[in-house]
Amino acid sequence: MAASGSDPGDGGAPVTAGRPGRLARVFGSDLFYSFRRSPLVVIAALITVTYFLGAGLAQWVAPHDPFNPATLNLMDAFTPPAWTAEGQATFALGTDDQGRDLLSAIMYGTRISLVVGFAAILFAVVLGVGLGVIAGYVGGFFETMVMRAADVQLTIPGILVALMVNGAARAALPSYAVDDLAIYVLIFAIGISDWPQFARVTRSATMVEKNREYVAAAQVIGVHPMVIMFRHVLPNVMGPVLVLATIGLALAIIAEATLSFLGVGVPPTTPSLGTLIRVGNDFLFSGEWWITLFPALALVLLVLSVNLLGDWLRDALNPKLR
Amino acid sequence: MLAFVIRRFIQAVVVVLVVAFLSFLLFNFVGDPVNNMVGQDASIADREEMREALGLNDPLIVRFAHYVLNAVQGDFGMSLRLQRRVGTLIVERMPATLELVAASAVLALTIGIGLGVFTGIKRSHWLSRVILTVSLIGVSLPTFVIGICLIYVFSVLLGWLPSFGRGETVNIGGWSTGFLTASGWQAIIMPAITLSLFQMTLILRLVRTEMLEVMRTDFIKFARARGLSNRAINFGHALRNTLVPVITIAGLNIGSLIAFSIITETVFQWPGMGFLFIQAVQFADIPVMAAYLSLVAVVFVTINMIVDLAYYAIDPRLRATVGRGR
Amino acid sequence: MPLLDVSHLRIEFPTRRGLLTAVDDVSFSIDEGEVLGVVGESGAGKSLTGMSIIGLLEPPGRIAGGEIRFEGRRIDNLPYEELRRIRGKQIGAIFQDPLTSLNPLYSIGEQLIETIQTHTDLSAAAARKRAIEMLGEVGIPSPQSRIDNYPHQFSGGMRQRVVIALALCVNPRLVIADEPTTALDVSIQAQIIALLKRLCRDHGTAVMLVTHDMGVIAETADRVAVMYAGRVAEIGPVRDVIKAPKHPYTVGLMASIPTLTHDVERLAQIEGSMPRLNAIPPGCAFNPRCPHAFDRCRVERPDLMATGGASVASCWLYDRQPASAEAP
Repeated sequence: MAASGSDPGDGGAPVTAGRPGRLARVFGSDLFYSFRRSPLVVIAALITVTYFLGAGLAQWVAPHDPFNPATLNLMDAFTPPAWTAEGQATFALGTDDQGRDLLSAIMYGTRISLVVGFAAILFAVVLGVGLGVIAGYVGGFFETMVMRAADVQLTIPGILVALMVNGAARAALPSYAVDDLAIYVLIFAIGISDWPQFARVTRSATMVEKNREYVAAAQVIGVHPMVIMFRHVLPNVMGPVLVLATIGLALAIIAEATLSFLGVGVPPTTPSLGTLIRVGNDFLFSGEWWITLFPALALVLLVLSVNLLGDWLRDALNPKLR
Repeated sequence: MLAFVIRRFIQAVVVVLVVAFLSFLLFNFVGDPVNNMVGQDASIADREEMREALGLNDPLIVRFAHYVLNAVQGDFGMSLRLQRRVGTLIVERMPATLELVAASAVLALTIGIGLGVFTGIKRSHWLSRVILTVSLIGVSLPTFVIGICLIYVFSVLLGWLPSFGRGETVNIGGWSTGFLTASGWQAIIMPAITLSLFQMTLILRLVRTEMLEVMRTDFIKFARARGLSNRAINFGHALRNTLVPVITIAGLNIGSLIAFSIITETVFQWPGMGFLFIQAVQFADIPVMAAYLSLVAVVFVTINMIVDLAYYAIDPRLRATVGRGR
Repeated sequence: MPLLDVSHLRIEFPTRRGLLTAVDDVSFSIDEGEVLGVVGESGAGKSLTGMSIIGLLEPPGRIAGGEIRFEGRRIDNLPYEELRRIRGKQIGAIFQDPLTSLNPLYSIGEQLIETIQTHTDLSAAAARKRAIEMLGEVGIPSPQSRIDNYPHQFSGGMRQRVVIALALCVNPRLVIADEPTTALDVSIQAQIIALLKRLCRDHGTAVMLVTHDMGVIAETADRVAVMYAGRVAEIGPVRDVIKAPKHPYTVGLMASIPTLTHDVERLAQIEGSMPRLNAIPPGCAFNPRCPHAFDRCRVERPDLMATGGASVASCWLYDRQPASAEAP
């Protein structure tokens, strides 16, 4: 393959007639390469997908329905896991004090945990990125205010902010509505606790992009600033946002679990993993360890996988480490 | 230099006032402020008096000023749940929280920095890999899960350590300490480990990353080119430069510990401010929540200021350029 | 015996996409007290060569072949500790950016004294005296007071003087200067180069001066090696290489330097650009851009050979063997 004239060539790759197809580009990309190379990350991805499927399809996949009183039998209460002496095969991970199948409860619980986690981080991203892009683009008083607010909020740990907002909101609601609205309050509280970092990152990236020529060109043509901001600048700043979001998702899941464990999150009627752990904690001393252990394990495994994925993503997208 | 300090101080005061305002709104507009001040069991006459005293028809700014004045004197109203003055409750609970936070901070910093330096210098050592894997798991373990596991192993299964409370405390001039009794020490071990674990792993990974960054700089390369020994390079040059940003994190770390102490105290029923706060949230005990909010703001703002000043003292570059602002 | 003798050096980088050879069969030598300029475009391999000599090649790069001999001894295969003892004391280095070369948290005095005490038995007081002396030699005014200043308190040119002081304070026999003036203002460059030249001449220090700036070479070097795509195109005494370049690449380089003596309509340029490391053509690396290339150039790689003058060049044009016909 002789280089001719001034063409430096392209890494010894065979010269093809046209560009390789999209799928080939995805599989040949650096990102996918580093994904393939790390077995741990692949496992993490598989686990995460399994969780999603289990949670999403819980109604069809779960062996029992733990929240239908008609199907519950108090005689089944406190059954240990299936592989122990007194266990039963139909209750793979045992039952709790009401006779609810733990495996099914975990699947439904994961659903709530994931929904709250995702919704919260989505809220944080939308709020943070939105404010950040506008602040970076428009500048002036608005930018100063937003950044000040972000800085101040960042001095307080997220979990504390979430706790406070959650607490204040619960106190402000009439007591009969608290349980029903708990999930929305949680999403709001956790989301609010996380927006500053997205705003900051987006604003700096926006400020960098603002000075690029393509923005000046768009302005000259007369494109509306809003359109410039969101259609042109935004895609360029999503890289770091994606990494932060993955980490943030893990933290949001932990936050929800923590708040539920503390008794100020999701109520036991539609328990999340955190609530399940809380409920099970009471039985730790009387020997029914599985009621709290398995939800705890499920939670840890989920967060671990999300963290591994986030770590990999961060390393793969970091130009400095290449 | 003085200008810098004054500027930071003013910033700090502004932040505290903003938070105090939020706190004030919480106190006065969520629930009944009269209840918040005199408690639910007060007589009608007391309530009327309080309504007057509170000046509920006064303009907002006046009410806010009163609120701040009261707060500065330690009057945060009455806890709805316990019918006692909030100020007193907080003062009672403070030593428990502070001792727990102190013990955890020491643990997190010493082990975190130590291991961080080790994994930064000896990147390919097998122990480094083990530590890193464990730290990844550590970051994924919610604090309360750690607490429950520790309780299960050491209290339920082995029966070595108590699963709740502070043990016996000794009162020294109004400060009840648990460090002077054996049972006090036994009681603080698990909560301290639980609380410190999250921060420990964060510090470890941070120190390691910083160390790796520093090792790749030109001045380290130049130091090697001058034939300096590994010891001089690792501990003289690299470590110093690594620790500068770590100071900031260490400072914020204390703040984080205070936040997470809420969880740890709840798991171990440790009678500190955090436990008080959670019970307040469960019960919608507004005065306690509002007071905690203001207090926390003051604490965090103070920590930040101290960290800024420390940074200043350590990095010679900042002393010369203070005029340009940060 | 030359002070430094590099023969058939090869530096490789294993990458995902295969093995990259960044420096391919490079040979040259430096005598005591001599200044050898190494010139070439970015990416030609000059810095890597310098770094490999002092043993600071960054992984995954590694020396894959050839030998480096210092005072007759092989140093490319020495264990870390032994190499470290040579570094600084026998072979010094100066890098491009004086700001990042100095640790911002230590005063320059501390950094100087540390270096001096690492390689000599001087006491702290004696080391400090020597440090002040050194600062004076490199032209820092009032060294006794400035010795306790921090790097950020010096201007760029002053910082580079400090760097030079650090590199020369224990009197190495050879200094590898990697683009020492590139990061400096043009007005300062001349001063720094003059300083370096003078100091090295006074102490008898040999210099390997790596740069892409031909003007600096002309001022300072005794001999010059021209590198292209990881290979040596030409080596010779500075005057000869500049006035009568033999290798077509060098010819092109010299022609493209603007001159004060007459006007030109356009600056001359060599067509095309230096090939990337993973796309080096077979035969002579320069053949796609060479106006004199013929068939042999595209097939066989030329070694350095005599050219009838004092320089040697790796170009088939100078091959006297009758077997290679078709020389123009």
